[in-house]
Amino acid sequence: MSVAASSLPLARPGSFAAGFAWAFSRDLTLSMRHPGETLLVVAFFVLVATLFPLGVGADPQLLARIGPGVIWVCALLAAFLSLPALFAGDYTDGCLEQMMLSPHPMPGWASGKIAAHWVASGLPLTVLSPLLGLQYGLDAGTLGTLAVALLLGTPILSLLGAACSALTLGARGGGVLLALLALPLFVPVLIFGAGAADAQAAGLSPAPHLSLLGAGLILAVMGLPFAACTAIRIALD
Amino acid sequence: MNFYYFSSPSSFYRLAGAMAPYFFAAAIVTGIAGMYAGFVVAPTDAQQGEVYRVIFIHVPAAWMSMLIYFVMACYGGICLTFNTRLAAMMARALAPTGAMFTFVALWTGAFWGRPTWGTYWVWDARLTSELVLLFLYLGFIALANAFEDPRRGDRAAALLALIGLVNLPIIYFSVQWWNTLHQGSSVSFKGTSMHVAMLWSMLLMAICFWMYAIGAALVRVRTIILERERRTQWVRNLT
Repeated sequence: MSVAASSLPLARPGSFAAGFAWAFSRDLTLSMRHPGETLLVVAFFVLVATLFPLGVGADPQLLARIGPGVIWVCALLAAFLSLPALFAGDYTDGCLEQMMLSPHPMPGWASGKIAAHWVASGLPLTVLSPLLGLQYGLDAGTLGTLAVALLLGTPILSLLGAACSALTLGARGGGVLLALLALPLFVPVLIFGAGAADAQAAGLSPAPHLSLLGAGLILAVMGLPFAACTAIRIALD
Repeated sequence: MNFYYFSSPSSFYRLAGAMAPYFFAAAIVTGIAGMYAGFVVAPTDAQQGEVYRVIFIHVPAAWMSMLIYFVMACYGGICLTFNTRLAAMMARALAPTGAMFTFVALWTGAFWGRPTWGTYWVWDARLTSELVLLFLYLGFIALANAFEDPRRGDRAAALLALIGLVNLPIIYFSVQWWNTLHQGSSVSFKGTSMHVAMLWSMLLMAICFWMYAIGAALVRVRTIILERERRTQWVRNLT
């Protein structure tokens, strides 16, 4: 942990970068030590994507048509499933309170935790998506667009999910409540993400959808860590 | 008496009780006038026939669904910034009315869509974003009631309302940004493409819904105040 913190030039103790590096390396180390949880999310993603052809029939044209949407919905559900691991564990064992007391600024370590969550959940899904796309018979261009859209979209899911999961800390009926809060907010990401691959498959340019996703990502990066911090403060009040 | 006198729940309780009947009375009067203008005076539409009269309920309900969310988020912002109790109670009191109007807008829209578009539902940008708004309202209500400590629920729900605010411009501009089945607005500040009686009916119904929403929120906030303050002396003195 100290190695990662001191290797960054800006990482003075108590700075944003130091907090980010500390929380990022800590959460990533934790998920490496328990690879089962990370792999479960990936396995869930692959499994659900495999169930769809069995359910709707193996007609290649139909599969190529629904493929991007199905993969996006699976990514959404997988991102949602891994959300409780983000803050809830640290909340119950008191780590979150200790982090609040640390000299690092709160947006720093909260962003670090969110980034680690994305590396452990969103990134593997993005890397795997072309493989799943092949199952659905998508062509090369659509596969690439799908992967780029997931690369831009899954961080937004992690950021939105972080704010929502921080809001539900200590709430009754946590899991279902989190679904009710997070999934509606995920809808725009789903629309533009699946829209990009659909446009590519229809021979149109996916650039407008990708630009909107990128704009959404910038807005999310700028605003949502602070919303998550406010939510954590409310939870620990 | 200063401006903040009514930010105390006990004084606002009396004010709300005194004001609510007037808002309900205004809602009844404008409602009857709007219905009369809409169902008797306004002519039959040349293209849609009688079905178009759904708009006298549908459009004001859709307006109110967005307006109430905005007001609710403003109360949420006040609650988080100044840590006031009454603002959070008002946000809670508005949420069920807003959810009801959102549902009414979706429901009447579906019944209008069946004869004119030929389908109850399309996955159009405006319909989808309005549905998301309904889920935001439901999430707000669920989150506000999910904690043992009501103040915790107040503040968490207030933050959720502020995050959900990004959906409002998406609903409002969806008919311009995406070229969709749902038509654009017929009413603007520059003028209207409607018959005068139709416009008046719609505006009267909008005022009716507005008055009803305020009245219902005031009645509901009274019960919330009583529930929260049930251990205080002034509530005990009421009985």
